[in-house]
Amino acid sequence: MLKIPQHIHDDIIVHAKEGFPLEVCGMLCGREGEVSVTYRMTNTDQSNEHFMMDPKEQFSVVKELRAKGLEMLAIYHSHPETPARPSEEDIRLALTPNVSYVIVSLMDPSAPSLKSFRITNGIVEPEDVQTA
Amino acid sequence: MNLTVNGKPAAIDGKEALNVHELLDALKVEQAQYVTVELNGDILDRDDFERAIIREGDAVEFLYFMGGGANR
Repeated sequence: MLKIPQHIHDDIIVHAKEGFPLEVCGMLCGREGEVSVTYRMTNTDQSNEHFMMDPKEQFSVVKELRAKGLEMLAIYHSHPETPARPSEEDIRLALTPNVSYVIVSLMDPSAPSLKSFRITNGIVEPEDVQTA
Repeated sequence: MNLTVNGKPAAIDGKEALNVHELLDALKVEQAQYVTVELNGDILDRDDFERAIIREGDAVEFLYFMGGGANR
């Protein structure tokens, strides 16, 4: 289970809306499955259909997390016009071990949807998200 | 050879120098074709993986591409 405070849950959706119609991406970090901080990352693809995080930003965040004793818990991105489920490319590029993959869908603009998945060796398993 | 890899000490036995491919092999990094590497603070182009030499005391960071897409 991934625990996301309500204000961070809301911020992820705001990020997706602000970036629309492009995909946005970021990292959710914290300890023991509980998110305490979010990092908005640059989508170097600047695309409506795919994303790639900026490696320079990735290294910077990973070092900052290490210094703060935090873990990367999830990688998130938005699907501006499609459902909140991993695409073939999402599954193929789910390479980072031991993290959740969170997808925000804006397919229904009035009711954004946030879902989390564990993806290991191409196997996708939905994961409960607890917001509080 | 003693290195720092992703912030932790790492020892590579029997080697005084390695290129990046050899290091990733030695570390048994899976799907190394999807890895970005930083050597002593500089991100390496993949084209440089063959000629960039890693030596005693170097600091290496690597992480996987983080990407995906809605429609593919």
